Amino acid sequence: MHLSKLQVFVYSLFFSVSAIASDYNLRQGVTDVSHEVYELHMTIFLICCVIGVIVFSVMFWALIHHRKSKGVEPAQFHESTKVEIFWTAVPFLILVVMAIPATKTLIAMEDTSKSDLTIKVTGSQWKWHYEYMGHDVDFFSVLSTPREQIQNLEAKQEHYLLEVDKPLVIPTDRKVRFLLTSDDVIHSWWVPDFAVKKDANPGFINEAWTRVNEEGIYRGQCAELCGKDHGFMPVVVDARNPEEFDVWLAQAKQAKQQAAAAEAASASATLSKDELMAEGERVYMAYCAACHQPTGMGLPGVFPAMKGSPVVKGELNAHIDILINGRPGTAMQAFGKQLTLTEIAGVITYKRNSWGNDTGEVIQPGQIQAFIDATEEKE
Amino acid sequence: MSIAAEEQQASHEHSHGAPSGLKRWLYTTNHKDIGSLYLLFSLLMFLTGGAMAMVIRAELFQPGMQLVDPHFFNQMTTVHGLVMVFGAVMPAFTGLANWMIPMMIGAPDMALPRMNNWSFWILPFAFAILLMSLFMEGGGPAFGWTFYAPLSTTYSNDNTALFVFAVHIMGISSIMGAINVIVTIVNMRAPGMTWMKLPLFVWTWLITAFLLIAVMPVLAGAVTMVLTDKYFGTSFFDAAGGGDPVMFQHIFWFFGHPEVYIMILPAFGIISTIVPTFSRKKLFGYASMVYATSSIALLSFVVWAHHMFTTGMPLAGELFFMYATMLISVPTGVKVFNWVATMWRGAISFEIPMMFAIAFIVLFTLGGFSGLMLAITPADFQYHDTYFVVAHFHYVLVTGAVFSIMAAAYYWLPKWTGNMYSEKLAQWHFWMSLISVNVLFFPMHFVGLAGMPRRIPDYALQFADFNAIISVGGFVFGLSQLLFVAVVFKCIRGGESVPNKVWDGAEGLEWEVASPAPYHTFSKPPKVD
Repeated sequence: MHLSKLQVFVYSLFFSVSAIASDYNLRQGVTDVSHEVYELHMTIFLICCVIGVIVFSVMFWALIHHRKSKGVEPAQFHESTKVEIFWTAVPFLILVVMAIPATKTLIAMEDTSKSDLTIKVTGSQWKWHYEYMGHDVDFFSVLSTPREQIQNLEAKQEHYLLEVDKPLVIPTDRKVRFLLTSDDVIHSWWVPDFAVKKDANPGFINEAWTRVNEEGIYRGQCAELCGKDHGFMPVVVDARNPEEFDVWLAQAKQAKQQAAAAEAASASATLSKDELMAEGERVYMAYCAACHQPTGMGLPGVFPAMKGSPVVKGELNAHIDILINGRPGTAMQAFGKQLTLTEIAGVITYKRNSWGNDTGEVIQPGQIQAFIDATEEKE
Repeated sequence: MSIAAEEQQASHEHSHGAPSGLKRWLYTTNHKDIGSLYLLFSLLMFLTGGAMAMVIRAELFQPGMQLVDPHFFNQMTTVHGLVMVFGAVMPAFTGLANWMIPMMIGAPDMALPRMNNWSFWILPFAFAILLMSLFMEGGGPAFGWTFYAPLSTTYSNDNTALFVFAVHIMGISSIMGAINVIVTIVNMRAPGMTWMKLPLFVWTWLITAFLLIAVMPVLAGAVTMVLTDKYFGTSFFDAAGGGDPVMFQHIFWFFGHPEVYIMILPAFGIISTIVPTFSRKKLFGYASMVYATSSIALLSFVVWAHHMFTTGMPLAGELFFMYATMLISVPTGVKVFNWVATMWRGAISFEIPMMFAIAFIVLFTLGGFSGLMLAITPADFQYHDTYFVVAHFHYVLVTGAVFSIMAAAYYWLPKWTGNMYSEKLAQWHFWMSLISVNVLFFPMHFVGLAGMPRRIPDYALQFADFNAIISVGGFVFGLSQLLFVAVVFKCIRGGESVPNKVWDGAEGLEWEVASPAPYHTFSKPPKVD
């Protein structure tokens, strides 16, 4: 039959176009919700296409056939209440039809009850912190793309800017609830494959949830402008099956306990200046250089320079205090909970002996521990 | 025609034409001079903001950081947005209002000419302050044109103070301009020019002026709270002191969404003027256009939170703002249908203003479609803060508002100067702009859907090809606008003389005065039947 051939042609055209287009379209994702969102997206898109084709066909018909150069005389009709009512009512009805599935999906998306696992997600300039509530596991997740790739000194790898040191690990087939907040400015936690995007507002907690159907690594980014390195704050989620997840969680707990023991032991260790400087440089480049710059020059008017800084060259305890507790009301974060004693000792030593800051001081982890003990006593 | 003769006679009797020299422009209270000042200022700002867009596109041409550092990139996106919204689009419409509203309603000038002078002349100072902040230590505003707290308060440098002061001046200028428009339209219509005989450009501007008066003070409040949060220890937007950063967004978008319509309602008026002229047929539904414009304006006050679906709103709030936003597409659809119905069975010709108007209808409608998609809250969670949004608002602002301003400029330039523009240059300008603007903005839909966030200086590799194409489109579009500058200045300096009624299908009082329009028109009000 002629018609069926036509239909086959149309369908095959449609599918081949949509197959090509899949890289350039919204992702269907790996959750029931993300599938529903994709369906909504395609439905409203097709509605728009149909309306567009009808309206523009009429317009281009007029542009081609009703042109002055063809010698046509203009008609004189105008004003018709009937027509106006028609083209007000029809779009309205289309919208009502569209609103029904959208409402259903939205209600499902906002239902954060009955979750199996809760993870607190805290944004800060420019990293994510994940805390598994009730499991005593937490860690920071930072961009792991090397600076050299960003500055075009090395070839860029496959997951350029979408890779982190420690991804968030979650179980598949479980309802995972996220509590989102921020330590400084507003960030937005977004994983396209889950159709989850929620702002992390400082001082407030937002909720979101997902239930992932397929194991895999899913990549997203911070979606709300959050300052200089907004573009360098990826989200990576590693979804594993529940058994593997439980194993990972147990290991993470153990690793955390071991780290705490190592931390306690490090307080009595004595390191050479070279060791501290090497450790300090690593830490500085990973945590400090984004603002204070690898050159220690800072960004004048925005982030203070370390070179020649009165804090860095000044009294030691004041320097340690700012590093550990941050400086409220500025972009300077509290790094006390992010870094180990050795790391803090290293980076302080590094700052006080680099870029011409020749204090010659060597700070040991024990001194950092002593500072922390002293502040706790005071409180 | 008799009116034109009377006009010429009248201007002979008074014999005060334009004074000459710099003082003419500084002290002028003439609506045509002030209109020209606004339009030229807006053109200058359009090129300035465009230059910043070129920096953005040059950096994004390839992945990796090449030309600028991320902090400067953020300054470029921020100031580009501020300059284009407050410096290019809004003053251009005010310039058109100044030139055309008195001539369209048969008034001798704007109602408050001295305030008119003032409302223009504070603008250059506002933008000088804003642009000079780029050269201060730490650079200019880098928190996005939406200046969300606390990025603009606790985490910004001292450019915030200059930014706030500049926005205050822009706001005062806009409010004074709006008052002038309202007072002029309400009081100075020629005898017989009843409300439902007003040209649509006048109607849309009247409604726009009310929007401006309603929301510019809200913006002023928002920037003032940012200022006091940063410098005077208040905590409007800081949870630590009992404030709320999300409240900033509610206040900002309560201004921001009507602002969107401030930038598009006059465009609707322009298109509703041009389409009937070159279709040689009356606008299909004049009354319904007036009602649709009013409905859009009213609805624009109850949709603001659709910019904030991801901030964590209660379900009821999300549903309300989704429905209200979807509803706004109904009166907008009515407008598009009316333009098409006006063209239907007309006798259409394709002069440059009409070409821009047709491009406007098609491309603005595309922007409307993506707007409708963005209204669907669950889908918005995916689109929000991606290049899909960037594509959407550039379709409605560039191929919408800016194209309508271009259309208006080509439509009335012969009336203003008495000379026809260079058809050849104008054709080049139109076609280069039309093609490049789509190469520039259309692929942004795809990178947005594929997951590229907006306001990032560097991106993952899968977005590289499209970004290169987008940048090329951007450079060509930017350069094409120099053709427009050439057209305008060539037309001012000379060209083929035009009759009073430049376009054979045009209607309205502005076509009854001489070309170029004399310095004073309608000193005696015309009689409108």
